[in-house]
Amino acid sequence: MKLFAFLSFAFVCAAPAFAAPAPSPSPLPAKIDFNRDIRPVLSENCFACHGPDAKQVKGGLRLDQRDSTIKQAKSGKIAIVPKQPSKSELVRRITTKDTDDLMPPPESHKKLGSREVALLQKWIEQGAEYQAHWAYVPPMKPAVPASQNGVDFLVQQRLKAINLKPSPEADRRTLARRLYFDLVGLPPTSAEVEAFVNDKSPDAYAKLVDRLLASPHYGERMAIGWLDVVRFADTIGYHSDTPRNVYPYRDYVIRAFNENKRFDQFTREQLAGDLLPNATLETRVASAFNRLLLTTEEGGAQAKDYEVRYLTDRVRAVGTVWLGQTIGCSQCHDHKFDPSTQRDFYAMGAFFADIKESIVGKREEGIVVPSEKDTAEIARLDGETARLQKAFDAPQPQITAAFSKWQETTLVGLENEANWKPLAPVTAVSVGGAKLTVQPDLAVLASGKSADKDTYTLAFTNALSGVTGLRLEVLPDASLPASGPGRAANGNFVLTEIVATVKRGEQKPESVKFAAARATFEQTSAASTIDGDAKGAAFGWGVLPEVGKAQQLVLELTTPLTLAAGDVLTIELKQNHGNKSHTLGRFRIAATMDAAAARMIAPPPPPADIVAILKIASEKRAVAQQEKLFTYYKILTPELAGLRQQVAASKKAKTDFETKLPRCIISESSPAPRTVRLLPRGNWMDDSGPLMQPALPVYLAVSVKPPENRRLTRLDLAEWIVAKENPLTARVFVNRVWKQFFGMGLSKVLDDLGAQGEPPVNPALLDWLASDFRDSGWDVKRLVRVIVTSATYRQTSITSRELLSRDSENREHARQSRWRLDAELVRDNALTVSGLLVTKIGGPSVRPYQPDGYWENLNFPVRNYDASKGEDQFRRGLYTWWQRSFVHPSMLAFDAPTREECAADRARSNIPQQALVLLNDPTYVESARAFAARIVKEGGADANARLVWAWQQAIARAPRADELVTVRALFDKHLALYKTDTKAAEAFLKNGLNPAPQGADAAELAAWTNVARVLLNLHETITRS
Amino acid sequence: MNLHSDLLQFRQQQQTRRVFIGRAAQGMGAFALASLLDPSILRAVPSPPSRKDKWPGVVNPLHHPAKIKRVIWLSMAGGPSHLETWDYKPKLTAMHGQAMPESFTKGKQIAQLQGAKLTCYGPQLGFKKFGKGGAEICDLFEQIGSVSDDICFIRSMTTEAINHDPAHMFMNTGSQIAGRPSMGSWLTYGLGSVAEDLPGFVVLTSLGKGGQNQPIAARQWSAGFLPSRFQGVHLRGKGDPVMYLGSPAGVSREQQGDVVAAVNALNKKHDVIVDDPEIATRIAQYEMAFQMQASVPELVDASKEPQTILDLYGCKPGDGSFASNCLLARRLAERGVRFIQLYHKDWDHHGGVKDGVTLKAAEIDRACMALITDLKQRGMLQDTLIVWAGEFGRTPMSQGGSGRDHHNAGFSIWLAGGGIKGGIGYGATDELGYSAVENPTNVHDLHATMLHLLGIDHTRLSVKFQGLDARLSGVEGAKLLKPILA
Repeated sequence: MKLFAFLSFAFVCAAPAFAAPAPSPSPLPAKIDFNRDIRPVLSENCFACHGPDAKQVKGGLRLDQRDSTIKQAKSGKIAIVPKQPSKSELVRRITTKDTDDLMPPPESHKKLGSREVALLQKWIEQGAEYQAHWAYVPPMKPAVPASQNGVDFLVQQRLKAINLKPSPEADRRTLARRLYFDLVGLPPTSAEVEAFVNDKSPDAYAKLVDRLLASPHYGERMAIGWLDVVRFADTIGYHSDTPRNVYPYRDYVIRAFNENKRFDQFTREQLAGDLLPNATLETRVASAFNRLLLTTEEGGAQAKDYEVRYLTDRVRAVGTVWLGQTIGCSQCHDHKFDPSTQRDFYAMGAFFADIKESIVGKREEGIVVPSEKDTAEIARLDGETARLQKAFDAPQPQITAAFSKWQETTLVGLENEANWKPLAPVTAVSVGGAKLTVQPDLAVLASGKSADKDTYTLAFTNALSGVTGLRLEVLPDASLPASGPGRAANGNFVLTEIVATVKRGEQKPESVKFAAARATFEQTSAASTIDGDAKGAAFGWGVLPEVGKAQQLVLELTTPLTLAAGDVLTIELKQNHGNKSHTLGRFRIAATMDAAAARMIAPPPPPADIVAILKIASEKRAVAQQEKLFTYYKILTPELAGLRQQVAASKKAKTDFETKLPRCIISESSPAPRTVRLLPRGNWMDDSGPLMQPALPVYLAVSVKPPENRRLTRLDLAEWIVAKENPLTARVFVNRVWKQFFGMGLSKVLDDLGAQGEPPVNPALLDWLASDFRDSGWDVKRLVRVIVTSATYRQTSITSRELLSRDSENREHARQSRWRLDAELVRDNALTVSGLLVTKIGGPSVRPYQPDGYWENLNFPVRNYDASKGEDQFRRGLYTWWQRSFVHPSMLAFDAPTREECAADRARSNIPQQALVLLNDPTYVESARAFAARIVKEGGADANARLVWAWQQAIARAPRADELVTVRALFDKHLALYKTDTKAAEAFLKNGLNPAPQGADAAELAAWTNVARVLLNLHETITRS
Repeated sequence: MNLHSDLLQFRQQQQTRRVFIGRAAQGMGAFALASLLDPSILRAVPSPPSRKDKWPGVVNPLHHPAKIKRVIWLSMAGGPSHLETWDYKPKLTAMHGQAMPESFTKGKQIAQLQGAKLTCYGPQLGFKKFGKGGAEICDLFEQIGSVSDDICFIRSMTTEAINHDPAHMFMNTGSQIAGRPSMGSWLTYGLGSVAEDLPGFVVLTSLGKGGQNQPIAARQWSAGFLPSRFQGVHLRGKGDPVMYLGSPAGVSREQQGDVVAAVNALNKKHDVIVDDPEIATRIAQYEMAFQMQASVPELVDASKEPQTILDLYGCKPGDGSFASNCLLARRLAERGVRFIQLYHKDWDHHGGVKDGVTLKAAEIDRACMALITDLKQRGMLQDTLIVWAGEFGRTPMSQGGSGRDHHNAGFSIWLAGGGIKGGIGYGATDELGYSAVENPTNVHDLHATMLHLLGIDHTRLSVKFQGLDARLSGVEGAKLLKPILA
């Protein structure tokens, strides 16, 4: 019987424990081991009521503590009488027929099997000895003969004990593919396979391992699992799921693995790279780890609510990434199965309360992350600016005369200014929805919504007699782009028309007629603002390049105007240019009753402090005053315009350069950390809990003594995590790495080494690997090398019936395992075989083809998906844009996690969507066509030779005769079909960005493309064996 | 072949063994042996999917006899105002414009109105009694009113979340933390699906004309920690209804069939050597995918529905409307899909609640009636549960003078179909429509009741996740809504 096809139901999923096929009951072990045999039974069935959660303990009995079990309970009974099962109340209660007494109680839906009952009885018989939970005891390094690989020694030791034999080594083709997929995530080329097959030297395998460990693609391969567990993604996750800048962190991870950064340092940098005494750009980027969580921009989200969400998210992350503890369960109550308490939970959360971030709202752009080359360029640009600035700051004797002249005219202008009376608007309204605020100096500032066209309507009720002119001053302001005075990005605006009317009582409004319009500077005609035509998009008054300072438009009235009390003067400022945000940013209306003033253009008055200096006679000014005045003059004199523009251009060149550089949100510590309280039942609205300071979990006794005279930091947390005595960190990491090379962890619940996890099947092996890893100075490449050079790793994955029935999940490693490639590698494999893969490392995330409309349910803003053009279309899967709420559908189909939560493990499903992706996703259709073009070009002359060649490329072996016949038949049939239907052939070849090769025979290439599709769809092609 | 000699020997031993104990016992299943071994008979249409891969569900047998076989969940996304739909509050009219008494709001969560002055805002639309049961609902929903004797209105619903995204998550998964399975996934995991060549959990979405279309993340139909075969499949209104469903341009159905048959033939040959149970599954999935390429376009094409049916729903096939989706839901139900979820957006009326709900009524009233009527006339209503629910309700207080803010302390939903008492109301909010005061009902209760109708004891459908027996209905105790059960 092919038993497991029925029982595994097409998925292998290690994360949650699904009903696994029940192995035939094996005899009870001679010596019962508490950790292996008893704790899992007690935890699963009893701890919820008789475990660590003190508030829930029933009848005062805690089965996680021996003291509690062997003493007389309130009822007078004793749960466990060591060596006397018949006197133990526990035994009576788990075997009784009386359902009122039976434990676990029927309503819990828990039930002990006969083997479990027998185990408990035998354990009590043997003395009911407890052991500390295996994962909380620091790993001890078992002795391994110096000549042997520890993995092999410890695996074989166990195999001998349970009477299993290791499998033979896999053939070299299989080994090559296995090593390539596991170490670099790419298939070997057929030449690489041949070279390895033909390398007769004794260290051929070791050389290959070394070469792959040194490959820059090794870091990419190792990064995939890490990016899952830290939940790296390009978007924030909640609601609008908008982008944030984080990809430099991904590149940091790749680089760290490639440079074999020690895991302890890797840990410190991510948790506290900003706090390190010698923090660098690199360690700061690493600290983006703390920012990878889900955040929100949703309107109406309550900051307190999300503050707690972020805290809990970060605690869960530390629990999953380093500790393999489900600390998250202690958010509302003490843990039910492990000794972690609610206090531990919030104290851990308090470590992160210093991280600067907006709780609800857009993430900041982050720090600029320049490469070495970029840094040199920035230095060059800074030098250039400094040089120009120095030239500008020089005394400039050539403008002394002009400076004196300017002082005179400005003083005249100031006199003229006395003729103007600023008017206070009683209302100021924007049609386009801008917010118009009247400021204390009677200027109006626009903010908020910025339409491309707008009309501002201002009303005035001043009583004035004999108005001869009106004046519009446009004014700079720090809140405006380029300091204004307009709202366009360059500080400009275009005023297309001014219309003024007066309404007296109930009379019809009368319009105010203008005789002339004059301006201090005219980029475009001031006169066009009073020509009665508000439409002409090409006309209107603008002031580029003289932006960033005040300008004036003076309107002379045809006849003097008198406004009585109660009359309303309305001025409409029409801005119909229509170019992006070309509207007024800050401005003021004034009126004059002086006929000359209405005809005169005087320089706008300088700011008050400059005016004050001007009014002092020059010989009486202090040196500092004189300098300040001169500096002010230098900024506006036309004589220095050239130099000024050079300085500005140089500064702009740097900003422009920097805007193109990568940015990354990072951790930055605030001196005033957020308040953290223990939240009763996890309720964020409940303020009654005690204030919490950062503190290390009490239950994990690590002899790191943090200083007591200051608040603990994330760096203290990191040091505690990588302390030699920490029993969890090395085990957790090694266990995850093991999965990459054997398909399943040594303890299969990768994110829970607690009581509800799984005691490792081979604890000595996990402990040896963990202690060796830790003692090696956390050397990751060494760990990987030890694993892949073991004979255990090199075994064949083809199994025997006996082995399958004895060890269906390959927990004992008497063979290798086989599994479908991870989502990213499925893609990388097809692109490599087809020759399309672009092997560039790092950079912004890319967008592979994606079905139209897949993002239709995203909003705020609505988004279109623009597939990457050029080489970015053909990058490795790990660079795919990770949109959390809509992960790329091809990736999702192959079980890529959404990375909303930390994912220590990936399921491996086998679903129809995978077939649809490989058959129909344009990525795979284009890959097939490119592969077909290679087959035609490089595969030899006749069809069968080409087929053999194609097989070698796709799966590193030659086809068998019957395989050849199958595919040859398909080829012949499709060639004939496409020859009679060349339109179909041509349509088929149009898939994808790249054109089909010039001069190719369309029918032939189309038929080969279908052959290539068959090969790229094979189970063997997407399987690492 | 260039195999290492040891391995060759090893493989040969396996093959010899298997000829006797493997193949002979198993046979070739549903696959046509001849076509797999003889490429000259490559066929355009591979044999029907092997049902060996069919998931029988973990609740097998059922915990108790089921009242229903399937669920159609109408998710009114954005948070419909209960005060302009199903919950009539004359006292709120009387209090219109007055300050909201603090006794109602104290200690409750508030979304966008945080820190604002809270003013009562009377119901903006008229109410009327319908049917023998006298359901008092907004008079714009006349069609729903006409079938109100099949409907149970729950007017005491509450939820924990108050922002769209977490509130949808909570309504769909019973948790505000991402990564938990949605209810459709739980159902297909628990019960399997009757559908032969369709996924067991299908999602449809439609936009409203008012433009308040809040985003909906795919996590809302994610399988979470359950295997991905249980995830909801979004049937899309535009492009391929299922992603990557269409064969590439220039590849006919016959040719696609050839490719699939060749892949399966080669996989089969490979399996002879490596004996990997995943291969049989892979083959079945290719058969299924190829079937879906034909069955899904047939399913979504409602153009052959009789005119009377199109008129009943008030839709044009392919118009992407909520009404079209309701018709599609019936077609999916007929084909055995277990959980059908329709999202209709644009209920987020922070402003203009009067016009907004008026528009929504025009979009959904007839369609909801049609779905109930059509299922009933086919004898399917009795084994279908229809749920109409938003992710939360809206405040009795005004927002910006014409709208209402998010609200989670009390709102309304309705249920219809098998096992549900029609023509009744259940629970009530206080006199201003703020808090559920009579029979307060939470999301876990609703989930537990739905599972109960399907024959599942909600405390017994659990999966070990992070050490806990995770359940759709949560671990804190949920109650069955017994009074509404027929």
